[in-house]
Amino acid sequence: MAAEPSLAALWWAVIGVGLFHGANPGMGWPLAVSAALMEQRRSALLIALMMLGLGHFLAMAVILVPFSAMYALVEWQREIRIGAGALVMAVGVYLLISRRHPRFLARIKPERLALWSFLAAIAHGAALMLVPIYLGLCRLDELDAGHRAATGLMAENFSTAIAVAMVHTAAMTVAGGVIAVGVYAWMGLSVLSRTWFNLDVLWALSLILVGALGIWPAVQAT
Amino acid sequence: MPLGGDCDMNLRPDPTFHATPKLAMAAPPETLAFTLMLSPDGAQPDGLAVVDVNPNSDTYGQIVHKVIMPNTGDEFHHFGWNACSSALSPLTGHAFLERRYLIIPGIRSSRIYIIDVKEPLKAKIHKIIEPEEVFAKTGYSRPHTIHCGPEGIYVSTLGGRGEDGTDGPPGIFIMDCETFDILGRYEMDRGLQDKHYDFWWNLPRDYMVSSEWGLPPQFENGIVAEDLLSNKYGHSIHFWDLRGRKNIQTIDLGENHQMALEIRPAHDPAKQYGFCGVVVDTTNLQGAIFTWWRNEDGSFETRKTITIDPQPASADDLPDLLKGFEAVPPLVTDIDLSLDDRFLYVSCWGTGEMHQYDVSDPMNPKLAGKVEIGGIVKKTPHPNGKTFGYGPQMVEISRDGKRVYWTNSLYSTWDDQFYPGDRGGAMVMANVGDDGGLTLAEDFWVEFPKGYRSHQIRLEGGDCSTDSFCYPNT
Repeated sequence: MAAEPSLAALWWAVIGVGLFHGANPGMGWPLAVSAALMEQRRSALLIALMMLGLGHFLAMAVILVPFSAMYALVEWQREIRIGAGALVMAVGVYLLISRRHPRFLARIKPERLALWSFLAAIAHGAALMLVPIYLGLCRLDELDAGHRAATGLMAENFSTAIAVAMVHTAAMTVAGGVIAVGVYAWMGLSVLSRTWFNLDVLWALSLILVGALGIWPAVQAT
Repeated sequence: MPLGGDCDMNLRPDPTFHATPKLAMAAPPETLAFTLMLSPDGAQPDGLAVVDVNPNSDTYGQIVHKVIMPNTGDEFHHFGWNACSSALSPLTGHAFLERRYLIIPGIRSSRIYIIDVKEPLKAKIHKIIEPEEVFAKTGYSRPHTIHCGPEGIYVSTLGGRGEDGTDGPPGIFIMDCETFDILGRYEMDRGLQDKHYDFWWNLPRDYMVSSEWGLPPQFENGIVAEDLLSNKYGHSIHFWDLRGRKNIQTIDLGENHQMALEIRPAHDPAKQYGFCGVVVDTTNLQGAIFTWWRNEDGSFETRKTITIDPQPASADDLPDLLKGFEAVPPLVTDIDLSLDDRFLYVSCWGTGEMHQYDVSDPMNPKLAGKVEIGGIVKKTPHPNGKTFGYGPQMVEISRDGKRVYWTNSLYSTWDDQFYPGDRGGAMVMANVGDDGGLTLAEDFWVEFPKGYRSHQIRLEGGDCSTDSFCYPNT
């Protein structure tokens, strides 16, 4: 029996990944600053953050919900965890090697923030980063409850998926919001070019790490 | 970063990228300029001159390095960077390109050179895109203006397919900003656009503006007087849904307003107006500037806000083309707007004048300064006593707005019609007064090698006609 991460550790991971996504300029906080400056209204910053959060939440849900249904297939859980972890690692390796920016994002209108946020999160594998953590949470729920009917499990997995997406998006919005407000209200735009770090490599490595952490206990559990 | 190969990804944005025009103005002043050299008769290959513009240097005002191309007959005209401040767009999320390569198209050959200027004094050719590739991948020819935008590097062209470039309209194509592969045509719906010249945009507001010179047979062998007098050169400007790649409105400036060339939007993206220079009004030989602006509902309008009169001259002092008019037209062939959107510089290539207009109120420009140098009739010498052949042409302003540089050649075959004989390439600089006013710097005069003329200037770290800004001034 391998050591599974604790419930608290997994929820902290959901929050931590959210903070990481929110702090990454690639997930949109500079758009919130730009919205407030272009419209010359503070409230535009908040509306932009909400739109970005909505898109991000939907991207998480679109990826996690199918896994919630799949994971109800109790006898395949181990394979699903290993497969999901491998997929996440593969995306990480791909992003590490290719380092190309998806060009279709450049066609999205600047005012379509929710759509932009949704597609940016999908294209960069942001939602995938949560899958191994989410599957870990589902497993803990299940150990807790013992064997149950597939329909009951599916409903529980679904509500866990929505909870993970919401908590993650809330953390992401707080991190992005704090930076956006800081730049807009105090630091000014000169910090934008000075503090914008290239997170591409860190991002790809995070996917590989999260994928590996998801696979490890599943491989151990025989 | 070995993983990126040639991609040159940095860990932080290039320090020459600026979020706002105001931040770019506060950046350190330029120490080098890059100026195109062209061989008017194709006897020598064209080249790129690296000019020392640091007043504290021993080689101030001299060409300190040259990159000479391996082909002849390219005819260099305009050029631009692989990356600029537009990389900080909040929509791209990856600001780590490097301002490192100059993209230089030959408008006669359709060949494109990518020059690596990371070490400016050792600048060298990085890649050459042969004309056949441009034709095959775009159906366009005669590449011209370069800007870095949402989908990569945008290149305007002056010709379509075929030997004389009239088989199909010219347009814009997109290049990858890292590999320099040609990705294909930009336009999905070009509407009425059938000629091309310059283009620029407002990135956060998502619109583009483009202009018209004429088709290749109308310029390659010289100006066609019959076409000009029958108003057959371009006289419309086009407004585009930038990311939608659609022409949303075409405004005809009036057919007498022949050759609508440079498009200069306000640099601050919160402002939704800009300018366009018109070479000549065929009813009265005036040069003109139009102000264009965007309304609340997204529609555009234009109004003529500057006119510059021709100057009377004796037929004996005029080239054949102009003898019948007994006047020299200003020939407004380039305009450039300072980064604070305050001063618009207007080259009057025919009369030999550089005008500076205060355009703080874009609907009501006021002449704030003027320099006379060269000119078809006046031939005003430089204050250092040297003869400035031709007239003021391609103009570039320093980021801080304090220095204005210009060269003197327009286009090989047109030079020969308006200014017969070879009159030598030159590049000069004028200082701008605190509250406007323009004075030629006596100690700045760039001599070009024999047989070469000079055209567009780019300043190290960006200038007033390259960088597109994504955030408004605060």
